[in-house]
Amino acid sequence: MDADIFALLAQDGVTNGAIYALLALALVLVFAVTRIIFIPQGEFLAWGALTMAALEAGHYPGTVWLLLGAGVITFAADLFGGASARRRLGQSALWNLVYPVAVAAILYFMPLSELPQLVRVLAVLAIVVPLGPMIYRVAFQPVAEAPVLVLLIVSVALHLLMVGVGLLIFGPEGSRTLPFSEAQLAVGTLTLSGHTLVVLVASVALIVGLYLYFGRTLGGKALMATAINRNGARLMGISPALAGRQTFFFAALIGALSGLLVAPLTTVYYDSGFLIGLKGFVAAIIGGLASYPLAAGGAVLVGLLESFSSFWASAFKDVLVFTLIIPVLMLRSLNSHHVEEEE
Amino acid sequence: MYLKKLIALSVAALAATPVLADINVGVVASLTGPAAALGAETKKAVALLPTTVGGEKVNFIILDDGTDPTNAVKNVRKLISEDKVDAILGPNLISTAMAMADVANTEKTPMISVAPLDVTGDKRGYVFRSEPSADLMVNRLVADMVEHGAKTVGFIGFSDSWGELLLKSLTKATEGKLKIVATERYGRADPSVQAQVLKILSAKPDVVFVGASGTPAAMPQITLRERGFKGNIYQSHGVTSKEFLRVGGKAVEGALIPVGPVLVAEQLPDSHPTKKTSMAFVKELEAKNGPDSRSTFAGASWDAWLLLQNGILAAQKAKTKAGTVEFRNAVREGIEKTTKLVGTNGVYSLNAADHAGYDPSAIVLIKVENNHWKLVK
Repeated sequence: MDADIFALLAQDGVTNGAIYALLALALVLVFAVTRIIFIPQGEFLAWGALTMAALEAGHYPGTVWLLLGAGVITFAADLFGGASARRRLGQSALWNLVYPVAVAAILYFMPLSELPQLVRVLAVLAIVVPLGPMIYRVAFQPVAEAPVLVLLIVSVALHLLMVGVGLLIFGPEGSRTLPFSEAQLAVGTLTLSGHTLVVLVASVALIVGLYLYFGRTLGGKALMATAINRNGARLMGISPALAGRQTFFFAALIGALSGLLVAPLTTVYYDSGFLIGLKGFVAAIIGGLASYPLAAGGAVLVGLLESFSSFWASAFKDVLVFTLIIPVLMLRSLNSHHVEEEE
Repeated sequence: MYLKKLIALSVAALAATPVLADINVGVVASLTGPAAALGAETKKAVALLPTTVGGEKVNFIILDDGTDPTNAVKNVRKLISEDKVDAILGPNLISTAMAMADVANTEKTPMISVAPLDVTGDKRGYVFRSEPSADLMVNRLVADMVEHGAKTVGFIGFSDSWGELLLKSLTKATEGKLKIVATERYGRADPSVQAQVLKILSAKPDVVFVGASGTPAAMPQITLRERGFKGNIYQSHGVTSKEFLRVGGKAVEGALIPVGPVLVAEQLPDSHPTKKTSMAFVKELEAKNGPDSRSTFAGASWDAWLLLQNGILAAQKAKTKAGTVEFRNAVREGIEKTTKLVGTNGVYSLNAADHAGYDPSAIVLIKVENNHWKLVK
């Protein structure tokens, strides 16, 4: 192995690591605020990527129908979901009925194949991201106080459902999308593709953005408070339901964005999200499902390990990456004493 | 209430039981799961199958195995015990076919696999195959590599049984002719093959063989071209779908692929044995599914039916009744005696030792040119 190959492998590893880092952050965020191990995180990635591919091909994306359907179900959940939900029925109708119809109508009248790329990105986010809060409202809010295990079971069921829906609307074949930048930069002997830089900059920007949001704004601080102590936060007047929906908004946003970033690098299938999400999960475990910087570092580690192990022993690549979790878990269980879950 | 339910149930059961005189054929295909794209092709061919053979009605019962061997076995058991099928067509993958073959064998029900399952030897008495083996396909490629003066070849393939099978075929075919200088693996869902490609490039092969299938096979070629590989890139016959061209775009231009003749029916020389049957099949298929909807997988599924039809005709001649062991045995013998059956995707001559009997001279080599399949020879 010479320096060139080393640099190329490192570049590849860091690029993939940046995407795993985003997913790991979303997983840590969701777990911290809602105690849900959010297995379907990767599905947002696949949906974002495939919606983008549909727009590029000039097709009317199937996720719009999903948005309409999910909106109706969410509104029904609010309608029959008890007095507190019914009080804000007007707002619910606005977000779950009017908004999806508006998005569907606007897309219907737009010349899909001629849209500039930035508009396409915004369209994908407008379609996919609202699905996050809707899914929380329908699937998790009714069981928000249940033990972690029940939430995990719901999460697994949701994952299977979402993969199935993905197959239904996108079909079994995968797609690639156009890179955000075709530029090639020469740094010494190494050529960096423009898209790699976009991935890195977008990841860092998103991480910094989240850091600022949680540190500097009232909404972010409320989420932090819920993550630290749910009951305490509730006593301070922070609604756990609102916090949950907000968290899922961010999870879907991060998922869809990472889908947009990864789709030009690789072919994304309706079920690709799971494996990518799983690697994000390994990174999140390295961070103990609690520490953001450790999770991000872990993600880069996973990316590099993956890249270098594909070079040396490509047949065992995934084995090596997932085996990493064993020493990490051993180390963590040695270092921290066991705490029973508070019920 | 209870009575009503009972009546409803028995009516449903009656409706589900086919009339005894009909011939029943079970079709197992991967309609969902990772191999769903292949299953869709089988379904297209099944939609064109005739409803009568030799004056007797044929029913087709199609079941989805979800690309899962356990489900495939469940399906076979259900088809044999509940639907009393006389023969089975499918499945699409070696993994599911292997699991199904044992059941078909012990239950004495002829099965014609569309997957390139190994059907040699006496252990597979009731199992046949319409798809050419990987060995024949890879041999065709290696012949082309040698012809163009290549001395070394790099391999990158799936880290599953398909990749393993192709590597084995390549190792066998290149013995004494070419040197395999790099063997790399990747997964269907991997986000990148940069590392594997770098390793291959550092071994400096003259040509590279991508042992993969479907759209994931495009990624190694895209990365190889990105990294400036100039030599020929060979793909396996598992990539011949339109989706591969769509995902691969410009990077897969020039890829060389061995295929059954159905894919380039119009371009075949008139001397090619399957020219007529391929053309007829393609015409019928595309009239129903739109232009450019052909595939070798649909062709192989159709040929599986031709083999079976041959067997059924023989069984009818022997005056056996559908639904009996005698009928199934007669079908089996009929298929085994097939000689020079001209299918859409090749010519088949079977015997007791060889239950595939695919004539390798039907295989053609094609090239991707302007995002279309072009016959090389």
